[in-house]
Amino acid sequence: MRALFDKLWDDHVILTRDDGAALLWVDRHYVHEGSHHGFRALAARGMTVAEPGLTVGVADHYVPTRGPVSDPDIARMVQTLQDNTATQGIRLFGLGHPGQGIVHVMGPEQGLTLPGMLVVCGDSHTATHGALGAYGFGIGATEVAHVLATQTIWQKKPARMRITFTGQAGSGVGAKDIALAWIARLGADGARGHAVEYAGDAVRALSVAGRLTLCNLSIEGGARTGMVAPDQVTFDWLRGRPFAPDDFDAACEQWAALASGPDAVFDREVTIDMADVAPIVTWGTSPEDALPITATIPDPARATDPAEAARIAQALDYMGLTAGRPLDSVAVDQVFIGSCTNARIEDLRAAAAVLAGRKARVPGMVSPGSALVKAQAEAEGLDRIFIDAGLEWVGAGCSMCVGMNGDLVAPGKRCASSTNRNFRGRQGPGARTHLMSPAMVAAAAVTGHLTDVRPLLEGRA
Amino acid sequence: MTGPTKGWTVHQGRAAALPIENIDTDQIIPARFMSAPRASGYGRFLLHDLRRDGDALRPDFPLNHTAAQGASILITRRNFGGGSSREAAVYALVDAGFRVVIAPSFGDIFAGNAVNNGLLPARVSEAQAEALLASCPATLTVDLDSLSIVGADSTPFALDPVWRQKLINGWDDIDLTASHGAAITAFAARRRRAAPWVWPVA
Repeated sequence: MRALFDKLWDDHVILTRDDGAALLWVDRHYVHEGSHHGFRALAARGMTVAEPGLTVGVADHYVPTRGPVSDPDIARMVQTLQDNTATQGIRLFGLGHPGQGIVHVMGPEQGLTLPGMLVVCGDSHTATHGALGAYGFGIGATEVAHVLATQTIWQKKPARMRITFTGQAGSGVGAKDIALAWIARLGADGARGHAVEYAGDAVRALSVAGRLTLCNLSIEGGARTGMVAPDQVTFDWLRGRPFAPDDFDAACEQWAALASGPDAVFDREVTIDMADVAPIVTWGTSPEDALPITATIPDPARATDPAEAARIAQALDYMGLTAGRPLDSVAVDQVFIGSCTNARIEDLRAAAAVLAGRKARVPGMVSPGSALVKAQAEAEGLDRIFIDAGLEWVGAGCSMCVGMNGDLVAPGKRCASSTNRNFRGRQGPGARTHLMSPAMVAAAAVTGHLTDVRPLLEGRA
Repeated sequence: MTGPTKGWTVHQGRAAALPIENIDTDQIIPARFMSAPRASGYGRFLLHDLRRDGDALRPDFPLNHTAAQGASILITRRNFGGGSSREAAVYALVDAGFRVVIAPSFGDIFAGNAVNNGLLPARVSEAQAEALLASCPATLTVDLDSLSIVGADSTPFALDPVWRQKLINGWDDIDLTASHGAAITAFAARRRRAAPWVWPVA
């Protein structure tokens, strides 16, 4: 029997060459400011977009979160997207649009991503959309031009991998911890070349927001794509979305049939027991450098391999950390809650549950994932909780996760961040990033150092 | 430039060693340079922050060594090009004169982007990568026909056959795909019947 990924693949194959390359139909192509190389390549050939109705524009990477754009380079990036989408007749969720937001937040939120779809975007976190039972993957600029021109893409079928999470998540443990747990176990390239299906009771128990977080981080473990089989949780979440199908029940029947059969075959299987998963933080410069908050900072002297010892030493040097010290003794300079990983309403609620009635000891910023999330949070009074705690409540966009809009962590500063990459310089030249869940970021804000959120949740939530 | 790439079969050039693992695309080109037009050249952004301490070039960084100047073959460690899908990382390498990157593993999206720009991502074993790193500075000959890297020794490398052909031919996918226009049109009609919800209603 076929796995979820086999069904999604088969449903999109136009033709397969003898050498194994398949031409796949693209149901949804999201473009953003960074897609300008692709539009330019299309224009250079004098071509137009093949299926503008299946293409969706969104301003996210460069949008300002605090008032109007002042940098002319940044303003030009946002304007170029507006011009390109207008010229090609593409629907745009631009700056100021009530549905604007980070592409991997607003797409599912609008119902523009649906189960069974093949979704591409010139952004590596496109596997996020797999949370709804779609086949989503990131592509480069040459491929963006190809999809714009033909609504298709050439791919070789990735191997199938299933990661099963058994048992239930403990208190204070969320989707971010589940994701960092498998990446720490398998490595930043552990799932390279694979399409990952997340399964098991702990995944079924996740809300759609949690599944979006889990699938979002697939690329940080090297996976080509990540997905969760659609179920009643998915359908209940999608019903009534602006672009949900008119004949919703008929569509749900189709989508329910996508789940992997009971004897579906996978090329690789990994099982992780949730009893082993605690709230996690990263200590180094790769998402694989992740440990439970109760652990100590790794010691290069204890590494068995000299190359590994050198890598740990270099990471600690960049991060300004001392081997052997407890992780929860590390003081932070600031916090950031936001990004396509963790800026949905559920994420903001989790952070607010920790911050309510408390003060942040360090400055920080909260950037909701979309304008709709922002409005919802304000309707629930979450903005007041963040502001009263001393944090800055700003607009929706990629913001400080990637720093393209000028929201940067200063050189040498340490940031507890709900984002997806602790790469050197990711949040700004010399910035030191620790990845963790939004609840853990809130806990770090309250104490001023990396902190186990669990005691702070006692008697709450 | 993006668009059609010229094919090649044999490349001979100087190899530079970059003995670091997990060099992600944020390292290869920091995000702040990506609003620059490609016509201005991306070579100057290559590994920009890793190469520098403040504004000054770090003399101890491998690519800043005299022996690495003019190199067109880069040898590095596992998981090169992981992370962001930014094709600008490939532009930076190509504009700096690189035609080949040799490593035990590559980020999937990076490797695909590389091939689309005529840059070969050649996979070798960890041990072979270490031996090649140790052999630098060296002049190497990389042959797509025999899938081998020849210096003092000959080292085989792995490459997806589809990518190999593409590098040799300099195929342009858009032209290739255009030849399947009828199949695409027929598929689109079937898809619209099978999954009408794919087409959003305004």
